[in-house]
Amino acid sequence: MNDSSTTNNRDIYGPALALGFAVFVFAISFGVVCVSAGGSVPKAMAMSLLVFTGASQFSAVSVIAAGGSAASAVAGALILASRNAIYGVAIAPWLTGRLPYRLAAAQFTIDETTGMTLAQNTPPRRRLAFWVTAASIYVFWNVGTLIGALAGSSIDTQKYGLDVAFPAAFVAMVAPLVRSQRAKRVGFAGAVVCLVTTPFLPVGLPIIVAALVALVGLRPEPVAM
Amino acid sequence: MSWALVIGLSAGAYLLKILGLVVIGDRKFPPRYEGVIALVPVAMLCALIMKDTFTNGQDLAIDARMAGVGLAVVGVWRRVPLWLVIVASCATTALVRAAS
Repeated sequence: MNDSSTTNNRDIYGPALALGFAVFVFAISFGVVCVSAGGSVPKAMAMSLLVFTGASQFSAVSVIAAGGSAASAVAGALILASRNAIYGVAIAPWLTGRLPYRLAAAQFTIDETTGMTLAQNTPPRRRLAFWVTAASIYVFWNVGTLIGALAGSSIDTQKYGLDVAFPAAFVAMVAPLVRSQRAKRVGFAGAVVCLVTTPFLPVGLPIIVAALVALVGLRPEPVAM
Repeated sequence: MSWALVIGLSAGAYLLKILGLVVIGDRKFPPRYEGVIALVPVAMLCALIMKDTFTNGQDLAIDARMAGVGLAVVGVWRRVPLWLVIVASCATTALVRAAS
């Protein structure tokens, strides 16, 4: 029993480490971009340790780098970060516990931990996947940020294609969630809505609008096989 | 980039995380809403993939990123180990970028 459960959990540790690796690559880019946008090493580290939601950090820094105001940088980043609130609702049933436990878990409620949690089939595996992924991402994200911030502009992130580490990891995260026909359609529709609305909405908002596609879930799922 | 921005963003991001997991938390939703909540991450992750692959700010763009992410789709579909998918995607994007 013990043996088999250890073997079974290997498919949590492996992907959690691999996601950490993807995040590591992306974090190096973040550190580089943050410092070149006028941030310092302590500011880059404070962002990764405290904000800890990669896409928002990147969007804030890129708005500043493009000459935007701090207010617009924060607003755009928070629109992007609002998906973490929805993720929290989605994974809350498996992260029950005392208030300090949930307050701690909240800090790690991001794309990767949500994807890994929902991809598991039993409550204990979901809880394990959440915390293992959280630990892996937090360590890799912050070490990567430090390396990138210290290296500064001596690393050309575009040259090495580091900017696709995130979308590549997202592909792997969404794969286990789109087994049903309906989930496939929702994923496709979300993708289309994002692309169609991008030219007309502020950065970050198309992601939130795309989430509205999930409202088709209000219709009962067909039971047919 | 000011410290006020860093602190403001940290506070805002954490409040949003708390809102979902702690404030709304494990309150029971009617079953019909549970279907919606389970589908939201699917729609958002797919939207994020599009944003990171085909957009620059508010502009749509087809460039080297498409090759890298396209390879990731094939790799994940063929169950290639994730770290290899990521390395191959970055390398492919870098090569296409260098060639163009």
